[in-house]
Amino acid sequence: MSYIIEGRTGPWELVIGLEVHAQVVSNAKLFSGASATYGGEPNAQVSFIDAGFPGMLPVINGECVAQAVRTGLGLNAEINLVSRFDRKNYFYADLPQGYQISQFAHPIVGKGIVDIELESGEVRHIGVTRLHLEQDAGKSMHDQHPAESFIDLNRAGVALMEIVSEPDMRSPEEAGAYLRKLRTILRYLGTCDGNMEEGSMRADVNVSVRKAGEEFRTRCEIKNVNSVRFVMQAIEVEARRQVEIWESGASVDQETRLYDPARSETRSMRSKEDAHDYRYFPDPDLLPLVIEQAWVDQLAAMLPELPDAKKARFISDYGIPAYDARVLVMEQASADFYETLAKGRDGKAASNWMLGDFFAGLNRLGKGIETSPISAATLGGLLDLIADATINGKIAKEVLEAMMETGESAAAIVEAKGLKQVTDTGAIDAAVDAVLAANPDKLAEYKSGKEKLFGFFVGQVMKAMAGKGNPALVNEAIKRKL
Amino acid sequence: MASSSSPLDPAVVRRIARLARIRLADEDVAQLQTELGSIIGWIEQLDEVDVSGVDPLANIGAASMTLRDDVVTDGDQVDAVLANAPARSGPFFTVPKVVE
Amino acid sequence: MTLEFTLASARDALRSRRISSRELTQAHLASIAALDPKLHAFITVTPDLALAQADAADAALGRGEAGPLTGLPVAIKDVFCTKGVKTTAASKILEPFVPPYESTVTSNMLRDGAVFLGKLNLDEFAMGSATTNSAFGATINPWQRQDSDVALVPGGSSGGSAAAVASGMALAATGTDTGGSIRQPASYCGIVGIKPTYGRCSRYGIVAFASSLDQAGPFGRTVEDTAILLGSMAGHDPKDSTSVPRAVPDFVAAAKRGVKGLKIGVPREYRAEGMPAEIEALWAQGLDWLRQQGAEIVDVSLPHTKYGLATYYIVAPAEASSNLARYDGVRYGLRVPANDLKDLYEETRAAGFGKEVRRRILMGTYVLSAGYYDAYYLKAQKVRALILKDFTEVFTKVDALLTPTAPSAAFAIGENADDPVKMYLNDIFTVPASMAGVPGMSVPAGLDAHGLPLGLQVLGRHFDEETVFAVGAALEKAAGFTGLPQIRMGEGA
Ligand SMILES: [Mg+2]
Ligand SMILES: [Zn+2]
Repeated sequence: MSYIIEGRTGPWELVIGLEVHAQVVSNAKLFSGASATYGGEPNAQVSFIDAGFPGMLPVINGECVAQAVRTGLGLNAEINLVSRFDRKNYFYADLPQGYQISQFAHPIVGKGIVDIELESGEVRHIGVTRLHLEQDAGKSMHDQHPAESFIDLNRAGVALMEIVSEPDMRSPEEAGAYLRKLRTILRYLGTCDGNMEEGSMRADVNVSVRKAGEEFRTRCEIKNVNSVRFVMQAIEVEARRQVEIWESGASVDQETRLYDPARSETRSMRSKEDAHDYRYFPDPDLLPLVIEQAWVDQLAAMLPELPDAKKARFISDYGIPAYDARVLVMEQASADFYETLAKGRDGKAASNWMLGDFFAGLNRLGKGIETSPISAATLGGLLDLIADATINGKIAKEVLEAMMETGESAAAIVEAKGLKQVTDTGAIDAAVDAVLAANPDKLAEYKSGKEKLFGFFVGQVMKAMAGKGNPALVNEAIKRKL
Repeated sequence: MASSSSPLDPAVVRRIARLARIRLADEDVAQLQTELGSIIGWIEQLDEVDVSGVDPLANIGAASMTLRDDVVTDGDQVDAVLANAPARSGPFFTVPKVVE
Repeated sequence: MTLEFTLASARDALRSRRISSRELTQAHLASIAALDPKLHAFITVTPDLALAQADAADAALGRGEAGPLTGLPVAIKDVFCTKGVKTTAASKILEPFVPPYESTVTSNMLRDGAVFLGKLNLDEFAMGSATTNSAFGATINPWQRQDSDVALVPGGSSGGSAAAVASGMALAATGTDTGGSIRQPASYCGIVGIKPTYGRCSRYGIVAFASSLDQAGPFGRTVEDTAILLGSMAGHDPKDSTSVPRAVPDFVAAAKRGVKGLKIGVPREYRAEGMPAEIEALWAQGLDWLRQQGAEIVDVSLPHTKYGLATYYIVAPAEASSNLARYDGVRYGLRVPANDLKDLYEETRAAGFGKEVRRRILMGTYVLSAGYYDAYYLKAQKVRALILKDFTEVFTKVDALLTPTAPSAAFAIGENADDPVKMYLNDIFTVPASMAGVPGMSVPAGLDAHGLPLGLQVLGRHFDEETVFAVGAALEKAAGFTGLPQIRMGEGA
């Protein structure tokens, strides 16, 4: 918890709040019938409403409202049955109407809570101030032409949820954990795909520093940071910059800054200086957004199990450690994979294999769980062969490697490669006898008290049996013969 | 309310013109100072209305919005979207280069 | 010939094949050719389109497929976007704009078979009361003072619409009314105009001025004509969130109901100081006419009505300042080339907007800006709530209200131009109904001492245009207004 920056004048504490813009998963845009999907031909997903043509009027997409409500429920937040839309007025080339339709005074979702877990295992509650619906802007491209910027309005009007946190975070790690947790929740809910590379999740980071016990000092807002790693880095460099300013006797100016990952620095966005008076007022083209409690209840009843609940259930149902459960529920796909794998099997073994060799294998192949070459049922086949002692653990690692390569079942690979474990005590006894006979000196040492050599004999026997000996039986036989 | 019917401060006129992105010549500023000043002076008659406890009214008519279905019904009309563009390059609108 | 017909009688003549739509349309195009050089009511005339629509109408009539407006030549205020026909809002900033879509109101009229003659002049972005703020020149009122041929304003902002209908260049026309822009020009030009309830006509495809106030409505030479046209224009539209899902009543039938047993309120606050005696007298005459036809006249009070105008001049510019932000030279319309984006915006908007529009954008920007919002905009919204409350309460006691439409008859071009506030006072009687969203009609009721027409205004409950039509028709019947403007088609022209 106690992340601090040691300054010349003593330790400084960080105060961090995030405003996350999450693109709503929907077919059509918030106020027009144009497609909201990513990656269309330039200006092909544009209605005259999105392009701000004269006389064009917004009409709200009910699914976007439902998505905001689901998200609010997932953040344990108050749902406001009456909310409304305001206009945020400013000029920009990719803002066709000259204003963004947003919810300023009366957002659809009020206060909520997100629990984050730190590496230390400590759980912290991060307050959510509000969530509101608003339109995205279009895209300006500045590098296509020496003297011109190009405007593509495909994203103009796509629904965003702006999720504003309380200034409750105190370290880059906490901010990273919050952002990851938020992404996990949104992805579980299916309300945002959380894809930061495509920009469907962006964070504005508010950072200030203070001495212990002080009130908040002036904060700076770092705009549009597009990865968890950059958020954490930006916080660190910005906090150091502020500490230096305060310690030099100057004051931090409240301003909007940009993070430049290449130079690892933040810099002022002076171009936005002019646009500070947004003149919010209720959008007269729209009426209050009034929803029914019954509808909210219906949406709540249909919510999927969320990561925190799933994690608790995994721990109690499958007897796995909290750490394993936390990693498993990070992605819905992993959690689902795990549940298929663990059903009817030893939960602990399932999580060990999955988080260990299976994830390592995926990593090696550069694949994710969705594109895994083997299914949970196939991996389960391997676990079954271990459980019924067809193969031992060491061989199983080898089999899994082959499975990942070929996609074939464990049984097929074991069969083809003849990897079945040897449980025939006669064969084992013979191997033990041979090893003891071949190493009379070691045997003598053992007998004179060098008991560590037991492991040596086990290794030699396994080696003689090409690794296929049943480890328990081998141990037993050696003990007997010694 | 904020001011009397005297002319607005020219700095205020320039500031709102900047916010509204309308270039003003110096003589415009002087004229607008007087004109806007007189309108503002006149609307300040609202000072005498007691509005305590009154909720602001933004809309007349229906009480709430109808929710649209989430169906793609629009778009796929690049030519129509760009047909009126005063400047374009291929499928893009263009503006003088913006330096961020 | 064009003034011999009303919309209703032309419709009957078309259906009985006494005349063809082509003949009727040609006659109106001829009127436009003869009169418009003097009146400047049109920004764009579309003769080829009109004749093609007329021929299609004749074919439909030949098949016995007549819609409510089939073959009737009408004209459209140039704020309604018309697909493939340039739509300027009388502004330089939209001069080159050709909409790739049709407004819902004009779509409805085309569905019903109307023939569009062209696009009518207005005050730029519908901001004005005289149609002198058009970037394409002022419209002249076809009426003249008996003793002078000084050019008079037709009122505004729908001055082109009123002038075209009054002079016989169109059988009827569409307008929009934000604070009186249908009713006041109807009064100045001696014709009928109605602003329906806010939410009755779709705003989709209408160039916005002030979204919470803008309403489309018809102009006609008779109450019945406006009832016919409104019946076509109105209706719920899912493309406008503020359009109200209500069936469109039979306004023509409603106009024949009579006023027997109706309670008509006389709001005492409308007796504004300095009201000309002849308007006061006409008002009293109107009340008498209604009493004679069986209505009961009731004295009522709308205590906040006198704040309507000041409230309006906060709310409307505030909304306009935001609505007009989209005219930035990027996607359509005028662009003044510049080296950076900010200059492009500022130069384009300085060159593209006229003085009054600029003034209102700045006013609106001011009242919404940090530090002033609460004092002006929020306060105005609260006063607006009180104005609405006044109307709601009064309409529990009476069925309709009768007032003068405007404090004067048409004035000369150039008058009232020195002081914006003086110009704004033209809307003193029409604005309160706009703030409350209730329907209002102006009916020509008499002439002033100079022989200029004066209108009376009928206001009704939300979505009770039917009573407004009934009262309007009763006034029309009693007034027997037969006055004709000096500049017009037909005899004496
Ligand atoms: Mg923000
Ligand atoms: Zn936002």
